[in-house]
Amino acid sequence: MRGVHKRFGATQALKQVSFHVGPGEVHTLIGENGAGKSTLMKILSGVHAPDGGEILLEGQPFRPENPEHARRAGIAMIYQELNLAPDLSVMENITLGREPSRWGWRQIRHQASQARDALECLDHGDLPLDQPVGELSIAQQQIVEIARALLGHPRVLIMDEPTSSLTRVDVENLFAVINRLRATGVSVVYISHFLEECQQISDRYTVLRDGESVGSGDMKGADLQHIIRMMVGREMKDIYPSRQTTLGEPIFEIENLSGQDKPLSASWKIHRGEIYGIAGLVGAGRTETLRACFGLDPIKGGELRIGTRVSTQATPRKRLAQGMGLLSENRKEEGLLLNRDLADNLTLTHFKPFTKAGFISRGKQLDSAQHWIEKLHVKARGATQHVGELSGGNQQKIAIARLLHHQADILLLDEPTRGIDIGSKSQIYQLVAELAQQGKAIVFVSSYLPELLGVCDTIGVMSRGQIRACRPASQWTETELIEVAVGQDQAHDGAKASPQAPDPGNTL
Amino acid sequence: MGPRRALKLPTPETLFDFMTSKTKQSFRWKDFINAFGPLFGLLLVVGLFSLSADLRPVFFTGGNAKMILTQTAIVATGALGMTLVIVSGGIDLSAGSVVALSSVVAATLLIQEVPPAGVILLTILAGGFIGAINGTIVAGFRMVPFIVTLGMMGIARGVAKWLANNQTVNPSENPLNRIMEPVQPLNFWPLPIGVWITIILAVLMTFVMRYAVFGRHLFAIGSNEDTARLCGVRVRSTKIMIYTIAGFFFGLAGLLQYSRLTQGDPTVAIGLELEIIAAVVIGGASLNGGSGSIMGTMLGALIMGVLKSGSSQMNWPTYMQEIIIGIVIILAVGLDKWRQSKQQTR
Repeated sequence: MRGVHKRFGATQALKQVSFHVGPGEVHTLIGENGAGKSTLMKILSGVHAPDGGEILLEGQPFRPENPEHARRAGIAMIYQELNLAPDLSVMENITLGREPSRWGWRQIRHQASQARDALECLDHGDLPLDQPVGELSIAQQQIVEIARALLGHPRVLIMDEPTSSLTRVDVENLFAVINRLRATGVSVVYISHFLEECQQISDRYTVLRDGESVGSGDMKGADLQHIIRMMVGREMKDIYPSRQTTLGEPIFEIENLSGQDKPLSASWKIHRGEIYGIAGLVGAGRTETLRACFGLDPIKGGELRIGTRVSTQATPRKRLAQGMGLLSENRKEEGLLLNRDLADNLTLTHFKPFTKAGFISRGKQLDSAQHWIEKLHVKARGATQHVGELSGGNQQKIAIARLLHHQADILLLDEPTRGIDIGSKSQIYQLVAELAQQGKAIVFVSSYLPELLGVCDTIGVMSRGQIRACRPASQWTETELIEVAVGQDQAHDGAKASPQAPDPGNTL
Repeated sequence: MGPRRALKLPTPETLFDFMTSKTKQSFRWKDFINAFGPLFGLLLVVGLFSLSADLRPVFFTGGNAKMILTQTAIVATGALGMTLVIVSGGIDLSAGSVVALSSVVAATLLIQEVPPAGVILLTILAGGFIGAINGTIVAGFRMVPFIVTLGMMGIARGVAKWLANNQTVNPSENPLNRIMEPVQPLNFWPLPIGVWITIILAVLMTFVMRYAVFGRHLFAIGSNEDTARLCGVRVRSTKIMIYTIAGFFFGLAGLLQYSRLTQGDPTVAIGLELEIIAAVVIGGASLNGGSGSIMGTMLGALIMGVLKSGSSQMNWPTYMQEIIIGIVIILAVGLDKWRQSKQQTR
């Protein structure tokens, strides 16, 4: 690709990006969120059309018109979000769009053997072909997705964050597959936030920053720190705030709390001014515990105390009134009204300050929204812009600002930095620290251990629905956290719980 | 497609699995209920009517069964087309109006002394034409099918009244009047041609849904349209095709409607689209798309047919029938929802 550029409306997403991949080469694209990696790959795979520049495929100019065209030309892409039809079977998903057929009728035997071959290529020949994909685990779904990309024997395979939901074993399998493909001369473009992983698998790299290619080179012997500097464009030292903790009286306590399925028996005691981190594998019950606390899922047993009052059963409405706020891990589906404006999203839980006789004063609402937008440095055109148009990091700030506007005293933050760039992350850490300083209690769930260690006062490790161990953050190391999180029945977890965190890498 | 629902007994869903190589035999209750749900519903409804000693001798006769099938044929034919639309995640509210329009078209053509074969062809094409317009607008402008077909519902009804001069169109005696005629009303055999046409088309469509590439793309689009597009499914043309084929079925239903009344009536079949949609939904399809089956739809149509026939023979007033059918729709979908939530928590 040479000098490719692309703009979306007023934003220049890519300017003059160039890079090349040789046959049998694994090439990593590195960059922060919003650097333009995905956009670049979407141009290559025909989802977006470039505004300028050219793509050469085996020396010939190539301009993919749509995904199908790119795929016929041998460019297959595995997207970051899963792209599967949940009601269709494994086999149908793998062969979708390329069903072997005669006169419009499917040739089921061929279809089955093609799908089987693709799965065996991935060492997952045991996946039942006839099961609806919606019933599979996330990791298995990812396998299906990769199998689909392999089906057409592509010459160029693009993988956008393929390992984000895979277990360690599956990642190794995937790397074995990539190595096999490399040996047959397939070029692989690999996008990942896990730098160690990139170093392990790829031959060369290109760094993108703000839509420009800022550097490339051989991966072997490359200095990770140097790459990070290129990526960020500045020294990243103090992304975690330094602060002094003064704990107040206990404000939020749970004792042997159990829910429908998870948590089994969770307990904690959180004080004013405390940031309480929860580590654990996916499926350990961290999100479920927060949901139960907030009244979204039923509580079957145990006790929950706010201040000194026992208040185990409550609806989310009551919890809000008690000064508790939840930041959902699923920003797009649960956390925000994407097609509503910033002002509505910000003030949704607390219209009271600008309501008179049931009518909302739009002017005052906008003023209030503007206040938070400025306070949190949200990059937006104004309070009337739709949230869906913002970048992930800015969306997250809006979601957090809602809790602030609500003046919540107890903040349950579920993966507050998921999928946002390092600059926004740093701002969110700062903000969380300030809130604690103001005497609020914060529960901070994260799969990224360095940030837990960097931000929290206390860290509890959750495993199989229980807090297994809890110590001040200064007394934990990443390795110890993982050991507790994985627990003794590690072998069981395999497909079910995918360790997102155990890679103590420089994820971004 | 392998045997997604592997059962030893041929069920509606696995009836044709003998054609495929079986990879695994396993019995799952869920699959069993999925396959047999609508069938149980039908048996339940029949069973309930059999409780009445007065009704039994009249209800369980060949003639009555024939009457139910004949009355159901129009809804069932329309529901064949609607199943395609709903499985693909769409909806077609213009069905009832298209049925009325094509019944008027058939009658008008017969008055013009067009030969019967031509009338059949043109009537079905008229339905397909409306469907093609629906599909083109839905797919081409990415508009919500609910709105597009709501508009078309008014347009087609208006055109029907215009064409018919706001009155019924009565052609003279002709062969098309026989399609729905019960020749020996007291016996089950012979069934009217219209019933046979519906049955044959249902079997054909079952194959299309399962074994044609078009059929699977239908499910793919309903299940996740973006994925289908990324995988190179021609979403736009497939959608146009879906609405067009549905239009063909509504056209055919209009022809049956004509034959039943032996006249073209522009005010007939008001609200029929809702009955058709109900049949599809009772049959287990989800209005979100991605699931549904022809066999289920046919059973859904039959459940409503039996309910109607039974309750009118019980001399229940029509308002009772309406209430009962309403309850059945909510129950059917509610049970489905409850079953799904059960599966998720397990």
